[in-house]
This record gives sequence, structure tokens and C-alpha cells, in this order.
Amino acid sequence: MSVQTRPQEDLSPKKPDGEIVNDFSIEVATVNGSGSQSSNNVLMRAIFQMGIPISGKNLFPSNIAGLPTWFTIRASKDGYMARKKEIDILIAMNPETAREDVENLEPGRVVIYNEKLNLSKIRDDLVYYPIPFSNLAGEVVQDARLKKLIANIVYVGSAAELLGIEMAEVELAIAKWFKGKQKAIDLNIQAAHLGAQYIRDNLTKRDPFRVQRMDKTKGKMIIDGNSACALGSMFAGVSVMTWYPITPASSLGEALADYMGRYRIDPETGKATFAIVQAEDELAALGMAIGAGWAGARAMTATSGPGISLMAEFVGLAYFTEVPVVIFNVQRIGPSTGLPTRTSQGDIFSLHYLSHGDTKHVVLFPASVTECFELSIHAFDLAERLQQPVFVASDLDLGMNNWMTDPFDYPEKPLDRGKVLSAEDLERLGEFARYKDVDGDGIPYRTLPGTDHPLAAYFTRGSGHDEQAEYSERPEDYEKLMDRLAKKCETAKKLVPQSVIQYTDGAEIGVIAYGSTDVAMRECQEQLRNEYGIAINYLRIRALPLAEDVKEFVSRCKCAYVVEQNRDGQIGDLIKLEVENDQGKIRKVLHYKGIPIDARFITDQVVACEKGEMESSCR
Amino acid sequence: MSVSAPKPKRVNRLGLTMIDYRGEPSTLCSGCGHDAISSQIMKSFYEMGVNPHRVAKMSGIGCSSKTPAYFLSNSHAFNGVHGRMPSLATGAVLANRKLVCIGVSGDGDTVSIGLGQFCHLLRRNVPMIYIIENNGVYGLTKGQFSATADPGSKLKTGVVNDLPPIDCCTLAIEMGCSYVARSYAGDPKQLVPLLQGALSHSGTSMLDVLSPCVTFNNHQGSTKSYRWAKEHEELLHQIDFVPHFEPIETVVYEEGELREVEMHDGSRIRLRKVDRDYNPTDRDAALRMLNETRDSGEFLTGLIYVNPVAENFLDLLNLPDTALAALPQEKLRPGREALEEAMQGLM
Repeated sequence: MSVQTRPQEDLSPKKPDGEIVNDFSIEVATVNGSGSQSSNNVLMRAIFQMGIPISGKNLFPSNIAGLPTWFTIRASKDGYMARKKEIDILIAMNPETAREDVENLEPGRVVIYNEKLNLSKIRDDLVYYPIPFSNLAGEVVQDARLKKLIANIVYVGSAAELLGIEMAEVELAIAKWFKGKQKAIDLNIQAAHLGAQYIRDNLTKRDPFRVQRMDKTKGKMIIDGNSACALGSMFAGVSVMTWYPITPASSLGEALADYMGRYRIDPETGKATFAIVQAEDELAALGMAIGAGWAGARAMTATSGPGISLMAEFVGLAYFTEVPVVIFNVQRIGPSTGLPTRTSQGDIFSLHYLSHGDTKHVVLFPASVTECFELSIHAFDLAERLQQPVFVASDLDLGMNNWMTDPFDYPEKPLDRGKVLSAEDLERLGEFARYKDVDGDGIPYRTLPGTDHPLAAYFTRGSGHDEQAEYSERPEDYEKLMDRLAKKCETAKKLVPQSVIQYTDGAEIGVIAYGSTDVAMRECQEQLRNEYGIAINYLRIRALPLAEDVKEFVSRCKCAYVVEQNRDGQIGDLIKLEVENDQGKIRKVLHYKGIPIDARFITDQVVACEKGEMESSCR
Repeated sequence: MSVSAPKPKRVNRLGLTMIDYRGEPSTLCSGCGHDAISSQIMKSFYEMGVNPHRVAKMSGIGCSSKTPAYFLSNSHAFNGVHGRMPSLATGAVLANRKLVCIGVSGDGDTVSIGLGQFCHLLRRNVPMIYIIENNGVYGLTKGQFSATADPGSKLKTGVVNDLPPIDCCTLAIEMGCSYVARSYAGDPKQLVPLLQGALSHSGTSMLDVLSPCVTFNNHQGSTKSYRWAKEHEELLHQIDFVPHFEPIETVVYEEGELREVEMHDGSRIRLRKVDRDYNPTDRDAALRMLNETRDSGEFLTGLIYVNPVAENFLDLLNLPDTALAALPQEKLRPGREALEEAMQGLM
């Protein structure tokens, strides 16, 4: 197929002659621990309250105080939520990174900065707004520490004035953030006004970026993926949650503790209908969850890469003994400690095949906060239905960043507690063999400890066992057991969330993605169509094991680009194993810088590949 | 010859016989201390009238960890991974607090590979019985030293241990364990009441039981052999156990001769003085005693420390009387209005 040349005027940034409305990105460069979190949130919320779709991303160091951190807010009238490659407005508050931050900008962009930093000397092709933040903050508070904090809200006021964000919305966002702490609210509002006033009195707007009220956020909410997973888990009826602190998964456990404390205390007894335990390490965290799953509770743990490595042995135990448990992996960059505060999709292989011996695990890939909520609920049903560990693989971008979304639907489907036999069932059946494939789907029946029936007890062991759960090293017993587990994996293919597939008329090429890459894919499709006239078919994988639909998709496409946020194209390799004769059609688009993937990156790679310019990435 | 009526079967308070507490035949070496301990577990569970269906037997990896197969076949069991039984047990008890949880471990499983989980189990005071079948050696891998081996003790192969041992009882007390006992596989008279006391306790009961390995560590020069234990055992006291379901007889003893500890369920442990006056509820005294006897080379056995009123982990977590695993969907999934309210805060 022919590839159109991208129109030249789109390659350079918009010049400040025309206005650019509701379509820009702001980057606030600060130092972590300086209290900018509240200001950035207020700025983001104020734009959101004006009806403009936003997303907020925090690029932070693995550190508590004193190192550079960047918060980006993207306002997009089209509702694009992925990271925008270009920064349009830089708010430079960190002297250490200011020069580099300014140097990285495209011409014509905006710099709002602390006057003292003297940044305008660096380049002359940007729009500069120097503001004496500390002096202005000093008009509100005298205390040095408070002054630093207040200086942050001053830039919110200045940015609001420059962009045309209504001050009433800034005030509302401040009130919302500081929830009833009147003194803090008053101080912050005063400081924001000073920031705005300074612009009016001293500076003239010379850039094209501005906001204009829309109605695209009505009824929407802003939530991070970890909170959405926590909320989903609560409505899935989780009752035992065990975890060990690790970035970027800690906030999942903390959010769950918060929600459960609010909504899962039995009003009749005042007792908790759950146990949340911070374990001594990830091994113990998963051990407890498996113990609880074995004894019949809905149990989960949440972790990230290094925790997954530590859990390998226990995951094998749960797989082999067939105990349900849900494991959330909020992926970060590895191997080893890697970049603990940067995002990745690098754990695909390790999750699917975790532990020694032949294993194959179910992995779910939520692509949005809505799916974080929904697939969390699905994960618990699957774990109990299949009697095995189920992973929910999100990532730092999805898990810790702010996403705008429609409200979640209340789960209507009752909990699926799987094949559990009660004392009455046992009485009726008159026999029980723990590991027998009664229904031909590879999933046996289980009893829970405490079931008061002579047939109920069985011996759970990580060593070889037969259908009766008796110890066995007999070759045929082992082979039979492994074959049944493989059959269960086939059953799983039918039960896991199916791929979301979109065929486009006239499209020859296919793109396959999963997880948080999806938000960039939506924008990428528009870019490919509008700028290059390329229509694509798109398949979004939602689970492992891969189902038949992936195979069919690849066979129907001329070639399939698999877009991932890891170095080796791990899902791409898994697809290659599935498609056999179509392996040559798989091309990998790989983004592994630790920052969330952006649409332009994918578009450029696909276009270059289609033109034959980038052989190396068309592996 | 006259026909006599069949001898009435001996039953416990549930109407169950000893047979109902049996396990499968042991596959351990003949004479293994572990089998003696299994017998005392069966006896004490029978005598206490514990319903086998309510019992969860937990273990890790090693010879000791195989033993749950050899007692209480009518109970669920979970033989997990090496050194990680405490976490599995904790999870099981969190899910179902009605379970009577008994974990069997060894010295390697507990204080070598499993040291971390063991300590944290004790800190949390998880309601369960934790038995260490302590023989100072790895049997299943054919005789390597574990972390409880005494310095100078010699393996059959001639290898001498030169590292200091970890004392399970001292460690347990330091970690906040609320029932700490030491015994010996060859002393059923002592082990049974200690196990019964553990069954009456509401927190973690840790029993460090010397259990000689007849194959790899029962020779001359071993400090974990039958002979060594017999020669060095120092009884802290004579122990009797009066279960809560039996009437309390009044016993007359001379002043200072008897101490009585009332357990959580109303049972009583009666300790009769042997050589020394010893108060097992005094934590500092317990540690002093352990240190002194260690230095003098004595093998101290008995109920070393007990705190019958220590709050257990389940109460600390404010768990209901019903097992979490038994809660119906209505209790597990909050209503529509909860979701609405939670989301309202995010708008």
C-alpha cells in the first residue's frame, strides 16, 4: 500500500499567530517533597471542572525529598489521555533541571518560571513569563517552609490567568483538595489570586494556548488505576488482602484499606468483614493469601516486579495444588531494582510462566481505569472458578496516574465461587476425589477446611499427587495431572476476557496492543488516518492465555504490528508461538524508556516501517 | 466358656474413638522421634475431644513436615513450601478462625530457611500450635547441620559444627510468643499436657520438641540424641492438665508446691515443683532460666513461658466470630449506594 507524506505544516509546532484551544500539555518541573502535589492537582482539576478532558501524569524519582520531579497535565478537546510527546507550557520551578527543561522544548513554546532563574537568556525562540514566586508567596506567609509551599499555588494562579482558567474553578479545586481545612483553603486562594494579579499587572500574553469552557467532563470522575483496582477488589468481595510495600503497588493496598474501612465494616456487629495484613515480605504476603484462598476466602496480594520474582515459588505451589488467589502486578521497569518509579510492560513472560516446572498462568491486562475496576472483579471469579492464581497486570502509568473516566457500573453478576462441595453435597454424592476431572473441563472439585463431613478432608501437597490427593511419584499419575492442568488452561481461554477487535474497511495492516498502550493507540489511529491515510485493524489483548481470536486476526492482516512497552516484544513472541505459519507477519513496535508510550512514537514507527525505512524495528 | 459382652469402646466427649484420630502409616525411619510426637498429637487431640473436621494441619518441607500425613486423616492438611508454613497457616486462620490450626515444622524449616516467617508469626500471635521437631539436622537431604546444632557436635561423617545454635525458646519469647514450651519426644507424660495446654491457648503456642534423628544424629557426640536428652533433661516442673470440660478437683499441696495457670478456654495447667520454684508467667525470669541452663549444659523442659491473656491477631484485626470464608455475598459486596458515594468523592 502507498503511504502518504505527512503534511509539512504539521511537523513544526503551531506558531503563536493562531489560537490553540483546549489542546496542550503543561509540564511542571519541581523538586519532590516540595508540596507541589496539591498545586498540580488543583491546576488539573480546575481545567477538568471547565469541562475539558484532561489526564495527569507524575514522573517522579525513587526518593522522598530533594530530587527532580515532573508533573504533566494534558488538556485534550478530543479526549486523548496518553502522554503527549511535546511539552507546550513549562512551569520551571526547579533550578537544577531548568536549563535542560528549557532546552528540550520545541520552538514557540511557553516557559513560566521563577524570575530568579533567569531562563530567558538560554534561548530566544520561546515565550517567557518570569514571575517572582517567592516574593508573592511572602505577601501571604512569612514562615520560610510555608512560603515554599505557597509559591506552588502562586504558579497555579499565574497559569490560570495566562490560559484563561476561571478563578472560581481554581477556588473550588482548592477547597476540594484541602477538604474543610479553612485556613489552608484561604491561604491558597489568596496566593493563587496574587499569581493571577501579577500577570494582569505586569505581563502581556504572547502565546496561543488557552482554555475555553466545554461540556466534555460532565459526570466524569478522576481516579488512578490502583484505586480503581482496590475498588474493584472490594466489590469482588475480597476478604483477605496481604501485601508488602513496593512502588508502584503500595497505593493499591492503601486505597483498599481506606475503602474497606469505609464500606466493609459490618453495621450489625461493628466487626471487619476483611483482614488486611502488611506482611514481612512478598513471600509471606503471597503465602498468607494462598493460605486464605485454600481455606475459602477471596484473597489477594498486590506487588511489582521484584515482589513477583520473590513470589515465584509460591505461585508454583498454588498452580500445582490448585488454590485460587489474585495477584496484582503494577509493573515497573526491571530487571532487578530497575527504575522503580518508571512504567513498563516487561513482566509478561515472567507472569505467564512464573515458577519452575511447566506452568502457564492466567494474566489479565486492564487498559483503563474502568477495566481496572471490572477486570479486578473478573479476576476473583476466574481464580475461584479455575482454582489457580490469576494475575492482574497493570503498570505504573495506569496504576499511579490520574485518569478521567465515566463512573463505573455496579457489578450485577453474582460472585462465582467455583466448584466447592459442601457437607450436603458430599452426602448426596457419596464420594469425593480432590483432583479428579469430573466435568471434563480440567477443573476438579474442592472442599474447604472445616467442612463437617467424613469425606471432606484431603491432603494438599506441593509434591506429586494422584486424583485422591495421595502422595504419588508414579509416572502415569504425574503425566495425567499435568495433562489435566493443560486442559484447564484450554478452559481458561474460553473464560478469560476476550480480545477487543476492530476491523476497518479497506485496512490491510493490523496493530496489536494491550494494557495502558491502548490510550496511545486510539490517538495513533487518528494520526495514521488523518495524516497518512492509513487505516488499520486493531486488536487489543485482554488476557493470557491467548485465545484463538489473535490467530485469526493475524491471518486476516497483511502484517501485524505488536506494540509493547518492553525491550524484547514479549507478547509478540507469545503471539508468534500461536500463529505458526504467520510468524513472518509479526512486527514489533517497542517503547522502553520508562516514560509512558505516546501516540506519535507508534505512528512514526508504523509509518517508517510501512515505507521500508526502518528494517530494524520490523523484526 | 461363657460369652462375655464386648468391651465397650473407649470414646471421647464427641463419641469418637482413638481410631478417628489416626493417620496413614508413617514412612519415616523406624524409631524416629517424629513418630512419637505424632502419637502424642493424636492422643491429646483425642483426649481434648477436638473435632478432626475442624483441624487444619500445616507444614513446610522436611521429614517433620511429612508427619501431618501420619495423624488425623480426617483433617484437611496443607504441605506447602520450605520454611513458609507460617504464612500459609496465618492465611488459613485469617480466612477461617474456627479452624484448630496445627503446624509441624523442623529445625531447618523453622530457624534456617524459615526464620523470618517464624519470627513474624510469633509477633502476630496467630492462634495456632507450632511444633518444632528439633533434631539439629537435615534428614531428608541426608544429614547436614541445621541452625539449632550445638557447637562441637559431630555428624556421622565427622563434620563438626562450629557455629552457635539458635535457641528456639529464647527466640520465641523475644518475639512475643505467648506460649513457649520445650519437651522431648521420649517424654509423652510431659508432651501430652503441653499439647493440651496449647489447644486451650488463644494465641501462638510454640513447642520446641527434641526429636532425635535415628539415622543421622543419634550417635555418640550428638547433642540431639535419645541418650543425650535422657542424661541432660532437667524438668522445670511436673505438668498436669485439667480440661475445661472436666470438673476441677481440689488438690491439696504444700505452700509453694503448686502453680496453676488458667487458660483462655477455662482449662487449667497445674505445675508441680520439682527442684526450683518457677513462675512461667514471668517473661524475664523465663529468659534468665533459659540462659542459665544453656550455659550449664542442661536440657530444660516444661512450660517455659505463658501469657494466657495476650490478645491474638484475629482480635487485633477486629474479625467477626464468623469465618471470613463463610461470609455470604451480602456481607462481601457493598451495595450500590457505596459505589455511588465512593465515586462521588472523585468527581
